[in-house]
Parts: sequence; C-alpha cells; structure tokens
Amino acid sequence: MAAQKSNPKEAKGVLYRIAGPVVVAKGISARMYDVVRVGNEGLMGEVIQLDGEKTVIQVYEDTSGIKPGEPVESTGAPLSVELGPGLLTSIYDGIQRPLVVLQEQMGDFIRRGVYADGLNHKKKWEFKASVKKGDKVKGGDIMGAVQETETVLHYVMLPPGAEGVIGEIKSGSFTVDEVIGKLDDGADLRLSHRWPVRNPRPSKKKLTPEFPLVTGQRIFDALFPLAKGGAAAIPGPFGAGKTVSQQQLAKWCDADIIVYVGCGERGNEMTEVLKEFPELIDPKTGKPLMNRTVLIANTSNMPVAAREASIYTGITIAEYYRDMGYSVAIMADSTSRWAEAMREISSRLEEMPGEEGYPAYLSTRLAEFYERAGRVIPMGGDKEGSVTIIGAVSPPGGDFSEPVTQSTLRVTKTFWALDAKLAQRRHFPSINWLTSYSLYLDTMEPWFAEHVAKDWRSLIRRFMGLLQEEEKLQEIVQLVGSDALPEKQQLVLEVARMIREYFLQQNAFHEVDTYCELKKSEQLIRIILKFEELAGSALDAGIRIQKILETKARTRIPELKFEKKYVPLIEDIRKQMEQEFSSLK
Amino acid sequence: MKEYRTITRVAGPLVYVEKTEPIGYGDQVRVRLGDGSIKNGQVLDTSDDLVVVQIFEGTSGIDRNTTVRFLGETLKLGVSKDMLGRILSGAGKPIDGGADIIPDAKLDISGAAINPYSRDSPADFIQTGISTIDAQNTLIRGQKLPIFSGSGLPHNRIALQIARQAKVVGQEESFAIVFAAMGITNEEAQFFMKDFEQTGSLERAIVFLNLADDPAVERLITPKMALTAAEYLAYERGMHVLVILTDMTNYCESLREIGAAREEIPGRRGYPGYMYTDLATIYERAGIIKGKKGSVTQLPILTMIGDDITHPIPDLTGYITEGQITLSRELHTRGVYPPIDVLPSLSRLMNLGIGKDSTRDDHKQISDQMYAAYAEGRDLRGLVAIVGEEALSARDKSLLKFAELFEGHFVKQGEREERAIKETLDLGWKLIGSIEEQHLSRLSKEMKQKHYAYTGDNVRVKAV
Repeated sequence: MAAQKSNPKEAKGVLYRIAGPVVVAKGISARMYDVVRVGNEGLMGEVIQLDGEKTVIQVYEDTSGIKPGEPVESTGAPLSVELGPGLLTSIYDGIQRPLVVLQEQMGDFIRRGVYADGLNHKKKWEFKASVKKGDKVKGGDIMGAVQETETVLHYVMLPPGAEGVIGEIKSGSFTVDEVIGKLDDGADLRLSHRWPVRNPRPSKKKLTPEFPLVTGQRIFDALFPLAKGGAAAIPGPFGAGKTVSQQQLAKWCDADIIVYVGCGERGNEMTEVLKEFPELIDPKTGKPLMNRTVLIANTSNMPVAAREASIYTGITIAEYYRDMGYSVAIMADSTSRWAEAMREISSRLEEMPGEEGYPAYLSTRLAEFYERAGRVIPMGGDKEGSVTIIGAVSPPGGDFSEPVTQSTLRVTKTFWALDAKLAQRRHFPSINWLTSYSLYLDTMEPWFAEHVAKDWRSLIRRFMGLLQEEEKLQEIVQLVGSDALPEKQQLVLEVARMIREYFLQQNAFHEVDTYCELKKSEQLIRIILKFEELAGSALDAGIRIQKILETKARTRIPELKFEKKYVPLIEDIRKQMEQEFSSLK
Repeated sequence: MKEYRTITRVAGPLVYVEKTEPIGYGDQVRVRLGDGSIKNGQVLDTSDDLVVVQIFEGTSGIDRNTTVRFLGETLKLGVSKDMLGRILSGAGKPIDGGADIIPDAKLDISGAAINPYSRDSPADFIQTGISTIDAQNTLIRGQKLPIFSGSGLPHNRIALQIARQAKVVGQEESFAIVFAAMGITNEEAQFFMKDFEQTGSLERAIVFLNLADDPAVERLITPKMALTAAEYLAYERGMHVLVILTDMTNYCESLREIGAAREEIPGRRGYPGYMYTDLATIYERAGIIKGKKGSVTQLPILTMIGDDITHPIPDLTGYITEGQITLSRELHTRGVYPPIDVLPSLSRLMNLGIGKDSTRDDHKQISDQMYAAYAEGRDLRGLVAIVGEEALSARDKSLLKFAELFEGHFVKQGEREERAIKETLDLGWKLIGSIEEQHLSRLSKEMKQKHYAYTGDNVRVKAV
C-alpha cells in the first residue's frame, strides 16, 4: 500500500515552540497522524493536532536542546510497522526499533536521533511459493511461506487492499526488500509490507469466541476462563502480582504467537523477561518459547509518546499473525500507563480534561483497542485466526472505580481482579475469586464437556458455591468464632480452605506447579470434592468433625501440585482417604 | 552570548523572557540581579519570541532590569572520583569549605534511559543485617526499594543502619554511598552527617544537601545530580553504589509547585499529570549494565501524607519501584524497632537473589510460611477482641501466639544489631516451631525434616 504523498512543497516547515514532548511547527502542511522528522537531528514525531497554520507534533524522543527555527519535515506517511519474517524473537521499543540494533548504534543508553528498521534487511529467508503465474489473488491471500523460527511457519500474504493476477513469482532465498515476484499490473511482490498501526487490519468475518485460551493456571482455566479471541482485564494495585500473572500467561498459554508489550513498566522486569524467555521451553513443542514471541519494551523512563504508540505497534503485529491463521495472545502491561501517556499528551495540548484529568476520548480509545481482539476468518484463506487481548490495569490506590478500570470493564468479558490483601498473605495468584468473573462460561461449556469432563460445569459450580458460602460464614465467624458454628458449616469452612490452599494457590516459581494441565485441575477438583462428600456423609452418620479433620489423606493433596506424575499419587491418596473414612465408622 | 533585559513577567518560580535568538528547550540560564548576585535556571518552554525559565533559587529580587543569559547547553554536572568524601549543595556546588572539584567529565543530569536489552538482571543478595528485610523483603543489588514511612517514624535510622551494614556476603568491598537530601530539616541532616563521620563512611560517600530552607525548586535537580554522580561511579569507575534519596515527598511537592505556576491542568490531588513519567526518570536510574562492573541500588525514602499509601506519591512510586518497605506507626508506638510491617512490604526481585546458591535453599519456604502465619495471626487479633481468646481453636491460638513472637523477636532488633542471613533464617525456624506441623502448608517435607522441630510454647529465643 503506497501511501499517498502530501504536497512536497509544504512537506517542510520550521519549529515554533518546544515544551517537553509536544512541539509546534509552522509552515508545514502535514496530515493528521503523519510521521514527521523534527529538528536538525531528525527526531521522529507524529502530527496530533492542526491549528490554523500551526501543526502540533508529539515527539517520540527527548527534546532537550532543540531550538525554535530548526527544520521539520513530513514523511507523508502515518506511523507504520514493518511486517514480515523476522518479527518473532525480536525485542522492540514502542516504535518498532529493535533494541539490539539501538544498542549496537548508541551503546547501553537510549540516545536520540537513531533510525532503525523493524526488520533485518540483510538476512535472507528461504521462500517457498504456493501460488503460480496466472493465479488470481487479492489482499490477504497467502502467496507462500518462510520458516521463520524452528516452530513457526510465516505465511507471506498479499498486503490488504492489493489485488491482481500473479505475473511471476519464484521460490528461493530473499531478503525482505527483494522482489519475489510481480502482479501482472507490474506491482512488485515482497516478503514484507508496511501497515499503519492506528488502522485495524481488515478480516473477512468475525466469529464468536467458543473455546478457551488454556493458560495452565488453575484459577483462570477452571473458574474464570478466557476465550481465544476474547479480551480480559487484570486490574490490581501495585504488588498484587499483575506482572507475574501476565508473564505466566505469556509463558504457558496455548496461543501460537505471543506479543508481550511492556508499556511504561520497569526496566529490571523487562530484563527478567528478556533473560528468562529464551531459556524457557514450550511444553507443546519442546522448543524455546522465544520462538513464538515478540517483545515490545518501552520502559517508564523511555519517551512518553513512544509509550503511547507501543500498544498500537503490538496489536498490529498481533493482527498480522492472526491473518496467517494463527491464534495470537497479546499481553499489554500496563494499559494504565498507556492511558496516562494519553493524558500527559492531552494536557500538554491543553485539551479540556474529562474524569481525573484523562482526555474525554479515553473510553473510545480503549474500546477501539479491545475491539481489535477477535476470532476471525482472515481476508485470505479459510483457516481461522484469533487475537486475544489480556490488558493489565494499574488503578491508582487500587481503586477500581477509576476511569481506566471502568472503561476497560465495559469492553472486556473476563475480569481477573487482583487483590492486595491476598498478595500480602502470599496467596498467589492473588486473584479474588468472589469479584472476578468470566462471561464466556456458557459459550465455552460444550468445549469443556467434550475435552475435559462431561460434568465440568457442575464441578466448577460446586467449587464456586463452597467459596461463596465460606464468605458468608466468615462474617459470622468474625463475630462468634468458628467453634460456635454447626459442624456442617465448619466442614464448609474447611473444604473452602482446602480449595484455596490446595487448588487456587499456584506457585509460579516451582518447575512443576508453574503449569497445570486441565486434566490435572480436574483431578484436583475431584479429590477435594471427594473429601467433601465422604466428610459430609460421615457427619450425617454422627461422626464428630474433629475426628474427620484428623484424617491424614487430605493433607497429602498439596503434594499433587508439585508432582509431575500425579496419577498414581492421586489414586494412592484416594484409597487412603476411603480407608480412613471407612475405619471412622 | 547575548544578554537580555527583557523579562516581561515573573510568576512564582517562573520568569518569562522575550528574546531574539533561538533558545534550546531545557537549556541552562544564568540570571544576574541588580546587586550582582547570580541565580540559575532552566528553560521549560521555548517559542519564537518568548521563553519560560524556572529559577532554582527562587525569584525574589528579580526585576525588569535583571539580565538573563542563555548558556546554550543543558544542565550538566562535573563528575570526578574526588567527589567522594565531599558535601555539595542541592545544585552540586561544594559547601564543605573544601576546594572546587576538578571534573573528569561533564554529564547531562537528566541522564538517558538504559536500553532494557543492555541491562543485566539483578541477582546479588545484599545482606542488610535486618531480619525483616533480609528474610522477607530481600534487597538485591541493582534494585530500587523505597521506604514508605510516615512523619515521626524512624526511617532515617533504618536508612542509616542499612547504609552501615549493607554488604554482599563473600565480597569485602563495601558500597559507595550517594546521599541526596531534599528539603529535610537541618537537624535531620546533622543526624546523617554525624553518623557518616562517626562510622567513617563519609569518605566513601557523596552528600548532596538541599535543606528545608533551601530553594524548593532546587530540589527538582538534586536527585538528578545525585544519580548522575552515582552512575558515573558505577559505570565509569566500577563501584557498587547505594543511593539514598530523602525525602521524595518534598521533591513531588516542588514538582506540584512548578506545575501550578505554569497553570497546568492538575492531576490527582493537584500533582501534575506527568508525575509518573517524572518519577520514573529518577527511579529507573537504578540497575546493572551487562559488561560493567558497578551497579546502582536505590533506597528512596518518602513520608506518606496522613499515612495514606494510596496518596499519589507512594502510589505512583510503588508502581515504578521494585517493591517497598512499609513502616507501621502501630509497631512504632509499641516500641518495636525497626517498625517494619512486612504485610504491605514487598521485594519484587527477592526471588532472583535467594536460594541454594546465594542464601539458603529453605529461604523462600520459611519466608512464605512466616508471611502466611503472621497474616492470619494478625487477623485473629481482631476476633479475639470480640470473642476472647478462649473461643479460639488450638490452631488459631498458636497462630496468635506466633504473631506475638514474630513481632517481638523477629521484627524487633537492635539498631546496631547485625544479623547474618543464616542467623535470621534459623530464628525464623525457631519461631515457626511454635506451630504444629500439620498447620504448616507452605513447607515441603524435605525442609521440615531438615529444619523444623515442634516446640509448642517453649520457644527459646534471646530477648532483644
């Protein structure tokens, strides 16, 4: 898609005013959201407001020392990313500059004025054409493939919007720049193309999300599942475990491709991700997880405008892989930092603020972003793809009534509420089971019934029921103490505690417990419910609760979490449990 | 260089100057008053004909005849290894009566972001000798771990104790200290200085002092100066640097003052909307760079206004830093020093620096178990107040007892008491011995066999 160039005569102007990341230029007639080069060093910026003869530009780099009168030049194209083989395993800043290249060019600190291509333009890729001369193709159609990493085949597509008949096409070794063929109207075909980040990539048809993104995290998979193509929000105050949860999802969820956006987060945490991911092994393929991952790191002290862009860069890359027919999961950590970047830019534009100083268009922007999630039939081919968005939210003071959390809740269907209280007592993942919800439970019921267990939904209902009853009983316990409760209710408290400690708690840092397959979750649920059943009938038979709680088998359940070969162990525990209860009578 | 006598407006700390040549954003400004005295400033906003300058020393005495000179470069600090042992003003000028510092290099004080790809992951356990930090909220070299305090709480004493005792076990070299005071009282400053002198740590320290009666706007550059010096020592001179910034609350107040003077649209509680970004440019200057020997570890201190952890200053700080050490007024009034409340405290990097190879293989488990038991024990106190202790189950009674033991023997320690990590962990096991084995779900069988012994009420610990 060659962008339409604006009038070259007016593509140049001069700076008029500089105040932080927002600058004003005169004499340039750029279009909204076109990328411009600012100052003698050619810093990258984007047009965000036109006002009379003045053009307001947000600059993606530090503006210290820039003077009025320095030149400004429009590139005539909106902010775009390069899409093609080589994205996977890359680590980018917010505007798709590879951090490795930046390090080579400017050392350990991010200096400004450096331009770097998103893709490596020297590397040769082995391209295998799957269309031939005379084939009719339209935007999104797959023309061939490249083995991008050991585990991922990269399908080369005709850019959306293009159309024609293949004039010529060859297999062979190419860089992303080289011509691999031509349409009969003479247009060149390449392995890569550019796409403006603020425009969603088109698809043929949106489908309803019907099956889960399996995450290996018990509380997510069992109680509050997220659908492939759906959107989830994880809000939580600092220290509640947002980042660890996001990283666990990035590591273990069963998407084909992961895009991880560190938006305004901590440098040391990004380093941890950068160090850890290449060492992690994908349980599905046995190959490094990095093979399916794109990382975008725009830490909190990197320029604020680039932070604003990082979310769009991430989602565009995610859509690109969706169009190849892959399921993609994008983690955005944290969307609050993105919203704050918007607020900062907006206040520098002196726009009328909405709630809490956020711009009035905050909820529109958030909705537009989450709408880019979905399960779709792509433009070319029939293999469906999906983009699942998992957005972390960092509400100030942990107060969920603030605008970013509220606007996010309106557009996401899964809500994983992190709770500082739980984190403080080292209950991890510190997801509050009473306030969290998933609206996908009904649509995904058939999938779980078919792939895990027929009675899955009713198992989950019983679990949730026990947890809810515990909450009610706790209020009474707070007043009279637990010994004053009837024995039936004391049992409920005990079983709920077992659910919390033996099932909901999961150790992200333990090599086995960090990932729990659905079958294992099911077994854990069953053994806990088994205890409840046996204990319930024992109570009915007149056995004292004290005796029941002294049984030993139930205290062995947590061992299951840390055991890879859990099946024999669970049989053993079940037998012991049955024996203990029969001897009670 | 041109001089201007074209000040058109003075508002609070800001001066508006008309000019003819182009002036760079962020450039340094020198202002000469009628009586010959000099003030310094920085360009906040520049356009074709007008610039806005913030004056660090305050605008008193400035009139329309004051001359303004633009130096054509951004704010820089001359750095050298000779700065160690020196006391400087909040703007980086020597105030200890010693000679001027001959700089090896002049560095831009706003610094630049470390490329995340160039960062090395922090992994070295720092032993502070304080049990609650070492065992429960471990400090790691290259981390930024603030102390969330309240007015009247002994945060300064704790910071000094950490500065005195901090070491990486097995490495003899102690930390160089960069100390930046922002708007603290003269008395507090004296307290720090005296301790530095007594312990001889002044010679490996650089002190930046901006006291309560020093210009408020100057505070905005003090932490940046300090961190520039720290980065120089760490990355150019290969030293391990511990930076203490106190009190960040005063810094944020100054930021609000400038924002208000510029008539910006305020964010929460009147603080500017860009405060998160601004604080990030300070806190993120901690870390380790691959292939360089030194490191920057930050220990910022902030007093929570009204002890409110959701106030914008601790809130935004907590979102940037890698955890926090939270002090509790309740513990303090009960005479517990250090009054560290472990429940809202956190070290995010803890797991990188503990375990078999650095501290001990039981560290994580005993730490988690103590957390869980203490949290529950504390909750039970509320219940006891209503129903009395007799109504509790045996399990609950032991947890309640544990919370007492934990506060009295684990949290509480002497100001000069340095507990080695092994001591701290052994102490933890002793205390946990007061709880029956079946209630300890965070401990593996193996660890229990190795360290656990049930003692019930007969826990033998030294009185502090």
